[in-house]
Amino acid sequence: MAKLLDMPKLSPTMEEGQIAAWHKKVGDAVEVDDLLAEVETDKATMEFRAFDRGTLLAILAPAGSVVKLGQGVAIVGAPGEDVSAVAAPAVHAAAPAATPAAAPAATPAAAPVATAPSPLPAATPGRVRASPYVRLLARERGLDLSRVTGTGPSGRIVARDLAAAPAPVVAAPAAGGRRVPLSMMRKAIARRLTESKQTVPHFYLKIDVDAGPLAALRAQLVADLAAAAPKGEEPEKLSVNDLILRAVALALARVPECNARFDGDSVTYFDSVDLSVAVAVADGLVTPVVRGADQKGVLAIAREVRSLAALARAKKLSPEQMSGGTFSVSNLGMYGVDEFAAVINPPEGAILAVGRVRDEPVVRDGLVVAGKRLAMTLSCDHRVIDGAVGAAFLAELRAVVEHPTRILLS
Amino acid sequence: MQMTTMRLREALRAAMVEEMERDPEVFLLGEEVGHYQGAYKVTEGMLARFGARRVIDTPIAESGFAGLAIGAAMVGMRPIVEFMTWNFSAVAFDQIINNAAKLRQMSGGQLKVPIVFRAPNGSARQVGSQHSHAMEHFYAHVPGLKCIAPATPADAYGMLKTAIRDDDPVLLFESETLYSLSGDVPDDPSFTVPFGVARVAREGKDVSLISYSRAVHTCLEAAEQLAKAGVDAEVIDLRSLRPLDEAALVAAVSKTHRAVVVHEGWPYGGVGAELVDRVQRLAFDQLDAPVLRVCFLDVPMPYNAALERLVIPQVDRVIEAVKSVTYAR
Amino acid sequence: MTNVPELAALYRKMQLIRRVEEEAARAYAQGKIGGFLHLYIGQEAIAVGADAALRPTDYALTTYRDHGLALARGMSARALMAELFGKATGACQGLGGSMHVFDAERRMLGGYGIVGGHLPLATGTAFASKYRGDGGVTICFFGEGSVPIGEFHEAMTLASLWKLPIVFVCENNGYAMGTPIDRVLPVHEVTSHAVSYGIPSDRFVVECVREVVTRIGAAVERARTESTPTLVECLTYRFRGHSMSDPGKYRTSEEVEAHKRRDPLVRARAELVAERGEAAAAAIDAEIEAEVADAVAFSDTSPEPTADVLEPTTYAGPFAR
Repeated sequence: MAKLLDMPKLSPTMEEGQIAAWHKKVGDAVEVDDLLAEVETDKATMEFRAFDRGTLLAILAPAGSVVKLGQGVAIVGAPGEDVSAVAAPAVHAAAPAATPAAAPAATPAAAPVATAPSPLPAATPGRVRASPYVRLLARERGLDLSRVTGTGPSGRIVARDLAAAPAPVVAAPAAGGRRVPLSMMRKAIARRLTESKQTVPHFYLKIDVDAGPLAALRAQLVADLAAAAPKGEEPEKLSVNDLILRAVALALARVPECNARFDGDSVTYFDSVDLSVAVAVADGLVTPVVRGADQKGVLAIAREVRSLAALARAKKLSPEQMSGGTFSVSNLGMYGVDEFAAVINPPEGAILAVGRVRDEPVVRDGLVVAGKRLAMTLSCDHRVIDGAVGAAFLAELRAVVEHPTRILLS
Repeated sequence: MQMTTMRLREALRAAMVEEMERDPEVFLLGEEVGHYQGAYKVTEGMLARFGARRVIDTPIAESGFAGLAIGAAMVGMRPIVEFMTWNFSAVAFDQIINNAAKLRQMSGGQLKVPIVFRAPNGSARQVGSQHSHAMEHFYAHVPGLKCIAPATPADAYGMLKTAIRDDDPVLLFESETLYSLSGDVPDDPSFTVPFGVARVAREGKDVSLISYSRAVHTCLEAAEQLAKAGVDAEVIDLRSLRPLDEAALVAAVSKTHRAVVVHEGWPYGGVGAELVDRVQRLAFDQLDAPVLRVCFLDVPMPYNAALERLVIPQVDRVIEAVKSVTYAR
Repeated sequence: MTNVPELAALYRKMQLIRRVEEEAARAYAQGKIGGFLHLYIGQEAIAVGADAALRPTDYALTTYRDHGLALARGMSARALMAELFGKATGACQGLGGSMHVFDAERRMLGGYGIVGGHLPLATGTAFASKYRGDGGVTICFFGEGSVPIGEFHEAMTLASLWKLPIVFVCENNGYAMGTPIDRVLPVHEVTSHAVSYGIPSDRFVVECVREVVTRIGAAVERARTESTPTLVECLTYRFRGHSMSDPGKYRTSEEVEAHKRRDPLVRARAELVAERGEAAAAAIDAEIEAEVADAVAFSDTSPEPTADVLEPTTYAGPFAR
């Protein structure tokens, strides 16, 4: 019996996926766990592997198609089997997703246009007919071809028809600019952070701590690691941020009310401190999770962050590695930012924004001396964390950072 | 550059005379090239100038004299073979495709064949089916050969000189209907035109008419008429069919997004099909319409004048094709 | 009068051809040689005798049955065998194969696969010699199966008309592939055509290699001194099939055996033994065995040509695509 394969959920937050490439073609034998396709989700390019063995009888969503979760992308069955019974409803359901140009107006106008023709004509009743040049222009200008009336043969949209096309949602850039369609990741960032800023009641608490001891400790640790490195090998790296992550984990262990999230009719307080660490990548940012940070030493955290960051830049993070954090840390110190406030990464309850370690004159024992300062801003979801609770967390964090040997203990 | 106005046949003759004076290994042979002064008077006066040793009248034995010339070329001479028309090269087809085109490769690169074959090609006027072939489609198919088809006296002059100096077999496709065409030709004996470089015969932005040889002039005339109708047509004169100027094709289609290929010869396969392949492969995203071809109708050439006119690409058929690719109807 | 070389030298080349051909047949059976393989076994005296009548600067062209002429002209057994094996070390880098053996330096201007097609080419090299006045002669071999095709007659016409220094040698082995001569030629004496082209001719049965040297030598001399073409017909016999895929069902084993008893190679060896003793002949045989074994080993171990050889051997300059 032929079986319809749906767009699988390949990331916890995924709502739709774009078929990046098919690795099987129609007629190919499929074994369980064979790589069927690569799917670009909101987080990464994921592998879509087979759960059934058989023969790939039809591809309903060619490469480039954007398909909603649960909608059909392919049919697997016995060779030569009639797929019409399975394909008909599936095809119908898949059509709008497989042809983003025909999607509702709510879809951003810059949605990538599926250019690959479907092997099953019936699968694309709403297929836009357009010349290759028109499709090129549509990609460049972010035009929604479903809104353009074609005047060529069989309603083909030809170049002259674009003169009358509705302007894209965003005005065309001034001369010299360029339009770039949103990647799946950028779409996800846009959707989730807009939702966060619009629906989560943010408030902000800032502290400015004495970073002298922390800087001194890091210098000492870096020197120790260099001395400990085998001859000819790179010493292990340790950043200020690694120390801060450990400090945050210790502070959260002391003030678990900040390690929480809002669940609509309840609040969940987590036993484990799972830190989401913001990592900039080519086309945006991702937040891989260091789990059980309160149970890990600073070197273990440092190694894990480095490994996760490398995976993130290679777009190789698994959904599990990017989900389930309980608290986020974002550090722009390496970009020279003194201080900033971050948008909460839902559904987490708070995010800590860390600036750079600044060289500043400080008053110590009545004397102005050279000192080091570090500003950190906590963004809190007021539905979970009140001001006093946030302040308690920051007081604990200040205590750890200013007496950083605690970072090495426990 | 100093220019002299001359007819295309004179330009061809000037190229041969200059190269024969420059290089004693260059010689000319063919039917009627000497005593008769050339079936189309291209070689007029050359026998008197160079003598029977270098301007050689041949018996009617195309396979024999084509093969003889190839044999001379394979030991380093530089023959120019004039077929009375390319139609008659059919009986020498074996010599051209099995020997001229293959000797270099099957000798493992030991031999070269620096030879030029030239003749009028395509339709003339009411000469019937056996004398109206567009033979470039057969020869351009063959690796090892180079095929050129100039449309102006200057190009005929410059490309024939390049051909004579080339170390590979070069086939020059002329047109009886263009021999009397006048044009400016540089006075500089060192002037040559390289192969594989197309010429923009007319600038335009709405559609590219891609052509060579006689059909270039059909395209220019069509472009004039189209201009009156507000369509700005570009005319690309390929000049060289193999090697082919791919960059020029891409540039043209990237500018106008529409192309019509115009040539003599039948539509099945051939140079036009090759052009369409290159355009769709190299400039797919630039196309706003399918590339159309205007060729001979797919029948042997009829003798009757009106029917012959119907079969040969005419201005009105070019305009119809342009209307189609510009969606003007 | 043509100077006839020592019999030992002639025998040596004939024996080299015979043994190379036999080993080529073995290699073909082993799958080391592909495509067509046309053996020259039985006809060796013609190429060897003709070459002895030529200068190293004279041009020679022949059909697809070209191994014998290549070796006679001085190509090494290694270069030939490696070409048959399709190896990069072959005479033509493995691009020509059995039917297309060239050695430009030794003026071995090829084996050709289209019957009759190379006759006009040979008139061209002869034309070049005459045009340049370099005293060169062209010799062109073909079978009696070429006689009906137009290019034979066109080449004869041009050679006679323009008095080209060329010797046409028809190796008449009695069979155009598998069809006996009386089924394809209305007049069996190929030299009868010379009359209509107004050129001299000669016709003889090939039994003695030294006779080949003098008979073809006379025609070469005529070409060189008088710039007059000659049509020479050598009546010969091939002991093997037309090609390796030919079972030879069209002739009887009695016929083949009868011809083998008149093998010019056997005769040449017998004469050599009579003149110089068995030891001299045996020494040559031993040398040839070593040379042929070396050629096979060399070809076995030589590299295959790579794809980068393809485009530069198609055009002299940049590839015309």
